[in-house]
Amino acid sequence: MLDVQDITMRFGGLVAVSGASLSVPKGAIVGLIGPNGAGKTTLFTIIAGFQAPSAGRVAFGGQDITGKPAHIRARLGIARTFQIVQPFAGLNVRENIAVGAYLRHARRADAHARAEEVARRVGLGVDLDKPAASLTVAGRKRLELARALATEPLLLLLDEVLAGLNPSEIRDIIPVIQAIRDDGVTILMIEHVMQAVMNLCSHVHVLARGRMIAQGAPRDVCADPAVIEAYLGKGAAGRIEAGEASDA
Amino acid sequence: MYSLPIVLEATLNGLLTGAIYALVALGLTLVYGVLHIINFAHGAFLTAAMFAVWMAVTFLGVDPYVAIPFLTIVFFAIGYGAQRFVIGPASHGDDGNILLVTLGLSIVIENILLAVFRADTRTITTDYAFEVVEIGPLLISQARLYGFLAAVVVSGLLWGLLTRTDTGKAIRAVAKEKLGASLVGIDVRHIYAVTFGLGCATLAVAACLLMPIFYVNPRVGQAFVLVAFTIVVLGGMGSIPGALAGGLFIGVVESLTGLFFGDSLGQIGIFIIFILVLLLRPSGLFGARA
Amino acid sequence: MMRTYLPILAIVGLIAAIPFAVTSNTALNFVVFVLIIALGAQGWNLLGGVGGQFSFGHAAFFGTGAYVSAILQVRYGLNAWIAMAAGILLGAAVAWGIGFLSFRAGLRGSYFALVTLAFAEVLRILANAVPITGGAAGLLLKLDIGVLNLQFASRAAFLWLALGCVAAGLVLCRWIMDSRFGAQLVAVRENEDAARALGVDVLAVKLKAITVSGALTAAAGCLYLQYFLYLDANIAYGVWISIEVLLAAMVGGRGLVLGPLVGAFTLHGLGDLTKQFAGGIPGIDLAAYGTVLILVVAFAPGGVLGLLTRLWTRRAAAQPAGGRA
Repeated sequence: MLDVQDITMRFGGLVAVSGASLSVPKGAIVGLIGPNGAGKTTLFTIIAGFQAPSAGRVAFGGQDITGKPAHIRARLGIARTFQIVQPFAGLNVRENIAVGAYLRHARRADAHARAEEVARRVGLGVDLDKPAASLTVAGRKRLELARALATEPLLLLLDEVLAGLNPSEIRDIIPVIQAIRDDGVTILMIEHVMQAVMNLCSHVHVLARGRMIAQGAPRDVCADPAVIEAYLGKGAAGRIEAGEASDA
Repeated sequence: MYSLPIVLEATLNGLLTGAIYALVALGLTLVYGVLHIINFAHGAFLTAAMFAVWMAVTFLGVDPYVAIPFLTIVFFAIGYGAQRFVIGPASHGDDGNILLVTLGLSIVIENILLAVFRADTRTITTDYAFEVVEIGPLLISQARLYGFLAAVVVSGLLWGLLTRTDTGKAIRAVAKEKLGASLVGIDVRHIYAVTFGLGCATLAVAACLLMPIFYVNPRVGQAFVLVAFTIVVLGGMGSIPGALAGGLFIGVVESLTGLFFGDSLGQIGIFIIFILVLLLRPSGLFGARA
Repeated sequence: MMRTYLPILAIVGLIAAIPFAVTSNTALNFVVFVLIIALGAQGWNLLGGVGGQFSFGHAAFFGTGAYVSAILQVRYGLNAWIAMAAGILLGAAVAWGIGFLSFRAGLRGSYFALVTLAFAEVLRILANAVPITGGAAGLLLKLDIGVLNLQFASRAAFLWLALGCVAAGLVLCRWIMDSRFGAQLVAVRENEDAARALGVDVLAVKLKAITVSGALTAAAGCLYLQYFLYLDANIAYGVWISIEVLLAAMVGGRGLVLGPLVGAFTLHGLGDLTKQFAGGIPGIDLAAYGTVLILVVAFAPGGVLGLLTRLWTRRAAAQPAGGRA
């Protein structure tokens, strides 16, 4: 469904992403992980059309969308959430979500009905009339998710929707994400919470210093020495192996 | 069309006026560079300073150049107070609000001046108003020459203040990273007010230099502020060398378009430059964004 | 659905009744002038209040509406109604053009405010210099009373005409606010990036807003012309009208449909009061306006209407609690 080929992104002399490729099959939940500063969010903004890459191409459903602006991609069915939540602070929850719903529903009544339905789905049903600014961190993350969902996307890009949540909030939201996938929405997620990655993702790509260093099933990827070193530093994989050997 | 000396003289006159424009723009760009706001009341403060000069000359018989140090201090205090007690608290840190508050302030100042001084245009007379200096074949007004020199000196002083003193360092720190500055113990609100005060103080100097060659009425600041905005945008928002270069450039452009197209259309050149720069190169022709 | 239009109906009905209660020419002049400002302010409010793009140059649209209408009538002998329609259309076109240039260049906030101001000033200087506008002498519309000429012997009739335009503007704005376009415009004001991520074509939404905004303010310019029958560059493209419409919208309650109307009446009511107290001192009413603007920004971001709503809900909330105790 999504094909990202050889994306390179330079900011002046800094290369944030270098020749990164990934693909997301229809109906899957694919994870994008990597240490801080690896270029994950940059890659996301390129996929969503907020920045044009220095090189490479993005294809969605077989169509090259590299030159298409963000709002066109949203119409084609790509929705994103922001790592730093971006609520419409002056609006209430219903109005926030309705902005997303208006993408497919021109009439106010339809858009609002759709917004309420989505709000219930992500557990914001009781907060519909609250100002978005008054929501808790967890509430804002749900709002971010709800707005994206209200655009009725085919592909959902989730940028650390679990970051900043406590373990019980994470437990609550994992089934929500699963349900979204079960409704037929393909998901690509950046995530640091490994418990969630293990539970949700069928496939994981690892980005480190702008390069794809590994991919595969979550369990295999986590055992990959290159991945361990990317997170923990050079030689870490060897030390862990040695440690495990001496434990045994 | 015109003989070379006339064009040269117009260019030189433009440079001289441009230096005073630069001075007006200097305060604006300084405030923008540090507070990241457009001070819409800048023109109104200039008008107020020009009336202050007019009063000093008319009622106290003080020479406008002698008034410079006193008015600089007074207007520093006024600017400090305006930022600290009106603009800062009223705008709740929102850029749109700051724009509106400074707009409100300019309306208030201008119309109080109108209520007090009425709409009449006033001038001062000095002994040297019509004195000229001969440079080769060119005749240069003495007052304009003084203005030019003083503008250069004040810019130098301001530059020194920003780079050599502790206050200057604090101002630059706040300009670069407000949060970081406050973390190392700099009182950001105080620095904001100091910067705003400095901006107004430069206006006081500009007013003293302008009055011998110009007139004052309650609306006079409007004309200057638009020119000043143009200069600031042209020179790169927040850039002091940019404001100087921009001021000189605009002075020359105005003088030459006035010469070739007449005064009424002369101003249009400035606005068109302004619009073009904003549309095509908002970071300015001379400087990078501060 | 009809209920959202009730407040508009009520306030318009109230104003329509004024000529039956008051016959003094001064009072009727006052109301007509305030209505013209209110209409222009509705234009500003749509772009600035709802869309968050503060324009300091709405004179560009007001003046274009007025000048186009005047030139067509004076120079080409066109019917006043058609001339007004043309004025509104060209006002909208100028707005679209200015919007296209500035929004495409990515100008926002102070930059947008400054560039609109500069556009208006360019138009003012041009109108002052070119022959077709009558230059500095201005344009005088021939006094020729008749409905076809949009000139009325009675001030009440013109009041109703202006009120009709204001009412149409209010209904249009209400309708926009409840539409997809309105929701997207508010989203653009609140957060452009988030809006784009949700499929909002930010540029198109802003352009639509400035075009409708320009049309409304141009209509105010046309009304001004028909009422005062005289125009020059400083009236049509002067900074005063840019400030007037901004103030009315801000003071009444930015982003609220009835805000501009309430704001225009509040400001000019206040202005007249200050003038009466302070005698004939020039500028004193404007000084009061400026003070009110600062106070509104500092203490009442929702303007007069926002303040009233807040008081109302506080009272409504206090009463049942008191009843229980």
